[in-house]
Amino acid sequence: MSSEFKIPGREAARELGWFRAHRWLLARRVTQLSVLLLFLLGPWYGLWIVKGNLSSSLTLEVLPLTDPFVLLQTLFAGHVAEMTAITGALIVVAFYLLVGGRVFCAWVCPVNLVTDGAAWLRYRLKIKGSPRFSRSTRYWLLVMVMAVALATGSVAWELLNPVSVLHRGIIFGMGMGWLLILGIFLYDLLVAKHGWCGHLCPQGAFYALIGKLSWLRVSAARREKCDDCMDCFLVCPEPQVIKPALKGAPRGIGPVIAMSECTNCGRCIDVCTKDVFQFTIYRPLQAKHRTSKQMEVTP
Amino acid sequence: MADSGNSFSPARRRFLADTARTVGGVTLLGMGVGLFARQAQSLPAYALRPPGALTGGDFLAACIRCGLCVRDCPFDTLRLATPGEGVATGSPYFVAREVPCEMCDDIPCVKACPTGALDHALTDINEARMGLAVLVDQENCLNYLGLRCDVCYRVCPLIEKAITLEAQHNPRTGKHALFIPVVHSDACTGCGKCERACVLEEAAIKVFPLELAKGELGHHYRLGWEEKRKAGGSLVTPDEEHRYNLPEGVRYEHEGRGLIEEGEEGDTPFPANPLETLNRRRDNP
Ligand code: SF4
Ligand code: SF4
Ligand code: SF4
Ligand code: SF4
Repeated sequence: MSSEFKIPGREAARELGWFRAHRWLLARRVTQLSVLLLFLLGPWYGLWIVKGNLSSSLTLEVLPLTDPFVLLQTLFAGHVAEMTAITGALIVVAFYLLVGGRVFCAWVCPVNLVTDGAAWLRYRLKIKGSPRFSRSTRYWLLVMVMAVALATGSVAWELLNPVSVLHRGIIFGMGMGWLLILGIFLYDLLVAKHGWCGHLCPQGAFYALIGKLSWLRVSAARREKCDDCMDCFLVCPEPQVIKPALKGAPRGIGPVIAMSECTNCGRCIDVCTKDVFQFTIYRPLQAKHRTSKQMEVTP
Repeated sequence: MADSGNSFSPARRRFLADTARTVGGVTLLGMGVGLFARQAQSLPAYALRPPGALTGGDFLAACIRCGLCVRDCPFDTLRLATPGEGVATGSPYFVAREVPCEMCDDIPCVKACPTGALDHALTDINEARMGLAVLVDQENCLNYLGLRCDVCYRVCPLIEKAITLEAQHNPRTGKHALFIPVVHSDACTGCGKCERACVLEEAAIKVFPLELAKGELGHHYRLGWEEKRKAGGSLVTPDEEHRYNLPEGVRYEHEGRGLIEEGEEGDTPFPANPLETLNRRRDNP
């Protein structure tokens, strides 16, 4: 097994070319930044295609989109929202039900840029050690967020939620919000590897729950070709989801990554020199009975 | 537990300990978040919520801090609080002295709100209660000093309803009047235009959030005169007109006219309106 500080993706870049070894990463960065830019066109250039922020927005004056995680908090805080927000949340939920809940994390959330940056730097600075704590802490935090909303009668988490603080901050003014984001960056860099997004963020946990039934998945379709280079495990922000899919053949598990913590970021596809992984369409409810219909998706 | 057989296996014990630790830590964090949220619930005196904002803490239950109200305000009145400000992070507010609310007829901020944190039932901007103007500094207000500034009164969109000028005797000069701006809470929307317009270095009239600006009677208080009006008569002892021991032909009038000699009514040397006296002197010198 390779050392912990092997930089994942180096080999793929050498063998397959830099672009091929970063195509999903590039697609993801372009998407993240485009979403951000769409929101910024208004305040910067007066081009109001999208108004608002990730918590709730209005596109082209007709399409409402609302973050279901934030809206759920208002419900727990005792407020039943107007139809606009409810419609917006339903549209968002429907979308992520199809493409995978944590697609929000990998393709939209601005904090992902920060935590991915920390993970990237961690490898290069060879920072060792990370306290072991459960990745399901985030589900407890999700329960806590809703409990606090219920107890205080206010959307308390939104005072601190790094996702909204960063996104709203970039668009409406950051204030002292940078400190919080810096804190998350340093925490992920120095304290816990994939600490925030992989263990704690209740919003990511919420979207993972939405993703339980989603159709778009990554599959280790050609897992028999795996040469155990470990690059996918190293690059993946949620490596625990890969193992059953990649190594489950003897037990009849996989090859589709069924755990909804997978963010569909596609980095495993990028870094694999053996081309083991691919995106696939999966019907979780039928999966138990027949093998999933597979379709290759390329950017 | 029954299926595992040995509930004291080290793995299970570790699992239980880990879970307990996680739950403990998360609970502690939750209490911290809760306390922080409690503190963030109070609104500083300078910050006013947009028109139609739900009251009594309901606003912070409903507002998801999307800023759509901010975007649709044509006068850039509203802004979202940033972390570290005194106002709950991300929630919309305005500062009257900087940019007041122009009280748009179509209330675009309320229409833009997707959650109803700004109550869509508000359709007449005159019914908005963003705050209440209070003439806080009665020492420096120019009208209190006896000058005729009147600016707050003039700019008020509800002039003569939300602010009136009440004439009073000016004891300093002894012969002039003071025109005291008086705000009426049944009409003032708290738009902040008066505070914005006050000509002093620091405004003498300020708009405060309602809970700061308004007192509240004890709920068991009953105003005798109103109860009487409602009941159509005194509720305690029947009213009887008070009688004074006055010489015949003279009576006392309580509503301001004082002593009246019955026969000469309307022909007193000094009628209630002083102008009449002056005119009479001119007419028959
Ligand atoms: S886990 Fe949370 S912070 Fe990380 S990408 Fe997902 S939503 Fe954003
Ligand atoms: S009523 Fe008009 S001026 Fe006042 S806050 Fe709303 S949009 Fe802005
Ligand atoms: S539009 Fe409504 S939910 Fe959005 S920030 Fe304004 S008051 Fe809050
Ligand atoms: S805040 Fe001032 S200007 Fe606005 S309605 Fe009240 S008294 Fe008038």
